[in-house]
Amino acid sequence: MARFNETNLATAHEIIARYPRPKSALIPLLHLAQEQDGYVTDEAMRQIADLVGVTPAEVIGTGSFYEMFRFEPTGRYLINICGTMSCALLGASDLLHAAERTLGIHAGGTTADGMFTLHQAECQAACTEAPCLQVNYRYRFRMTPDGVEQLIDDLRAGRLDDEIPPHGTLARVRQHIPADRGVGAVDPDAVDGPPAWIPVTVEGAGS
Amino acid sequence: MSETTENVDTVEITVNGRAVMARKGEMVIAATDRAGEHIPRFCYHPRMSPVGMCRQCLVEIDTGRGPMLQPSCMVPVAPGMVVDTESPTTKRAQEGILELLLANHPLDCPVCDKGGECPLQDQAFSHGPGESRYVEEKRHYEKPIDISALVKLDRERCILCDRCTRFADEVAGDALIHFVERGNATQVMTYPDEPFSSHFSGNTVQICPVGALTATPYRFKARPWDLEQADSTCTTCSVGCRTSVHSSRDRVLRFQGVDDDNVNWGWLCDRGRFNFESIHAESRLADPLIRTAEGLVATDWSSAMSITADLVRSALERSGPSSIAILGGARGTNEDAWAWAALADALGVTRRDAQLDDGLPVGVLGFERATIEDAARAATVVLLGPDLKEELPILHLRLRHAAVEGRTRILEFSPTGSGLTKHAWRSVRTPVGAAAATVAATLADAEVAAQLGSGPVVIVAGRHDLASSGDQVMAAVQAVLRAVPTATVLPALRRGNVVGALNAGCRPDGAGNDARSILVDAAEGRIEVLFLLGADPLADVPDADLARRALQGARRVVSLDGHGCASTMVAADVVLPAAVMAEKSGTTTNLEGRVSTVSHKVTVHGTARPDWMVAVELALALGHDLGVGSLEDITGRLASGGAALGAIWAPSIAVGEPVTVESVAPSGYDYRLVVSRVLYDGAVSTSNSASLAPLTAGPGVSMHPLDMERLGVVDGDVVTVTAGRGGVELPVCADDRLDRGVVWVPFGQGGGDPRELISGGAVTDVSIARVS
Ligand code: SF4
Ligand code: SF4
Ligand code: FES
Ligand code: FES
Repeated sequence: MARFNETNLATAHEIIARYPRPKSALIPLLHLAQEQDGYVTDEAMRQIADLVGVTPAEVIGTGSFYEMFRFEPTGRYLINICGTMSCALLGASDLLHAAERTLGIHAGGTTADGMFTLHQAECQAACTEAPCLQVNYRYRFRMTPDGVEQLIDDLRAGRLDDEIPPHGTLARVRQHIPADRGVGAVDPDAVDGPPAWIPVTVEGAGS
Repeated sequence: MSETTENVDTVEITVNGRAVMARKGEMVIAATDRAGEHIPRFCYHPRMSPVGMCRQCLVEIDTGRGPMLQPSCMVPVAPGMVVDTESPTTKRAQEGILELLLANHPLDCPVCDKGGECPLQDQAFSHGPGESRYVEEKRHYEKPIDISALVKLDRERCILCDRCTRFADEVAGDALIHFVERGNATQVMTYPDEPFSSHFSGNTVQICPVGALTATPYRFKARPWDLEQADSTCTTCSVGCRTSVHSSRDRVLRFQGVDDDNVNWGWLCDRGRFNFESIHAESRLADPLIRTAEGLVATDWSSAMSITADLVRSALERSGPSSIAILGGARGTNEDAWAWAALADALGVTRRDAQLDDGLPVGVLGFERATIEDAARAATVVLLGPDLKEELPILHLRLRHAAVEGRTRILEFSPTGSGLTKHAWRSVRTPVGAAAATVAATLADAEVAAQLGSGPVVIVAGRHDLASSGDQVMAAVQAVLRAVPTATVLPALRRGNVVGALNAGCRPDGAGNDARSILVDAAEGRIEVLFLLGADPLADVPDADLARRALQGARRVVSLDGHGCASTMVAADVVLPAAVMAEKSGTTTNLEGRVSTVSHKVTVHGTARPDWMVAVELALALGHDLGVGSLEDITGRLASGGAALGAIWAPSIAVGEPVTVESVAPSGYDYRLVVSRVLYDGAVSTSNSASLAPLTAGPGVSMHPLDMERLGVVDGDVVTVTAGRGGVELPVCADDRLDRGVVWVPFGQGGGDPRELISGGAVTDVSIARVS
């Protein structure tokens, strides 16, 4: 399942068509690939390179700049436990140990059943709620070791399915831009009128 | 970026208290460079766009709001600007940046190839703080890793200047290396399993300002201070890039590119850069050889020369000068070619050709000539040529640059497409055998005509397809000239000094004397002595069968050869060892006609001699004094005939009658064959270079996926390709850039040789069957 499935390939073409230059679709397509497989596979990067007309090296170069793209098999739930100052002072290492114990893996690892990937993360900008963690980028504030165990248990049992979709999911309902509001494959230099999303009735626009 | 001084608006700025005239639009660092004020830098490179990556070039610049530290490679000059490259603030900033750059640098200078010519080392001395405050552990990476067969990367040494990655993307158009990760983990990297196999990868080694990128053929061979250098010219192909030959202890160890505004802008292709290895190859011939019952045995020069003179004398007596023919000369210097042409003149020999039926009719040199610069500045370049990326790589870079900058529009006619197709304004798939008609029809289009009328037009003409005749190209050139009579022609002939050799007189006088007719006559027993001047018909003549029959049929073959090529070893009766590049001085002429020097840097191998010397001595032995006793004599003669150094040499050569090419009737075969050259093939200098020889891709035939479907074959299956004369087996691969009904086979890849299919007709049609 490394390449885009049929539905996603159609979506990929739709995304590409939204931009004046195919290359601009690179990051949205990386998200799409991650949504499909939980991480960005080598095959997907090759396909994206083909689709937007760049080399695979450019795709990995761009993608690897961003922390939220993962390039190795990643669990259905990515647990990031903050390890920076406020959280560290308030017991973050206990959280990490609890998670490691419960999951039977070390930080950086993925459980054999592919359910969990555990990470120690830098400050998640929720220092007032320390210690905190994120599951697929959804916060859990003022956590305790028991809370961590409970969370993992709930995730395993599917009790949080409604709240936390699998890793890589950007949105459960994908937005589609109506054709008349998309700029489309228009060369920006060739546009002489006002941008498509500014109604021409606005005073001064287009002058 | 090129150096035109006239009519350029100037801007006056002040540099260190001195008034300096800068060019409008240029960066401060370029202006200060010309004013002789050195600003340290790592990422700035005059042939690439500025990126401001390294911050080493910070200087204080005052544009009216007080002095501020700004990167001089990113700030364009403005009137009244005051620049201080030596202020205490500037100095502190530059020291600080160097300290930062060295924070993670491994400082393994004693074992680093770059040590001694390293901008980081040099500038750490000249602009660094002398000491570091960093005591932390440095970043560690595996050292070094292969990023291609020719280039290794040591990420610990890399200072992330973006020169190599910028070169790959911006100049070469092969963005196969890129920065990955970010922050402290940022590194240059290829995609997994996709090496940096650009034709131009060696340039990144030359421009890397540290020892992060090293070239496999040069690693640990010498220290820069032990190298002797001489400026020279690459004679691998006819672009004629300027090089610097570096040697130590009488061995050539590397070539570096030298920036020449008109030609190569400092770049070299990997083939030209790394084929120096062939100079010291084991296959080099040290002594003259003569063929006896035991095969080729070594002899001395005087015996070899007197035997050769006897052969010539008896041929002249028995059958006259028309029984003597000279093939080749394009691998030597202008002086070599002149001497052989003078010898031929003295003997009355008119049958000579520096091309081996694999170029274009010599009349292509008779058209109004364009230079590379003309082509790179033309409004339109009409490409009737080979795949320049494969055959004349640096010309490809120059035209690619012109197209990417939006200066020049490329109108390409090609049966297969080429490396420039994606930059072409229009790329027309041209049916083989109907090029002229397609050209005429395309040029009649109103939009095309308007484009052609919008400014100067340059035609780049060469032989893309060795399976169809060169006349087809000439007819296409004439079709363009009929529509645009003012167009000029840049002949994209391939061998190093082919234009020089043809200019100097190693050219057929009339069609009946060209290589093909010489070979036909030889095959039919009408040639008594066939001279091969660094020519290898068995490997290079497109019609393999004709080449074999010719070498068998010629009564005697005398080969002047450096490496013992196939024709020499199989067919020569007398072998005279020849000096090769870097073993002789002289001049060479590139495809524009531009004359430049080649340098003698190392002692010749064994008793090898330059070609000119052999010709002069042979003439003497035959009772003719060519009137020259030294290389300088010949260079002087050439200069008085227009071949002065730096000049564009264009002796008058007749264009010949307009070529009309019959339209080719269907042959009953299903596919039309196109055979063209790729960068790495069986060429002598490639196959005798240990680093390049493994890069040949191997044999194969490409065809349209739908044609493959029809045959029921998939990638990698072996098919038999059959022409009227014979068949070869080749693995097949899909290429949807080809038209249906066209198949493409690369030349000189060993294995099933497409030359077995070519018989010198207007086109070559083949049938293809799967091998079950
Ligand atoms: S490898 Fe060399 S050229 Fe490339 S970014 Fe690093 S220092 Fe610059
Ligand atoms: S383009 Fe031709 S002349 Fe230039 S380096 Fe390559 S082989 Fe040599
Ligand atoms: S330190 Fe943990 S969220 Fe800021
Ligand atoms: S040379 Fe100016 S920032 Fe690097």
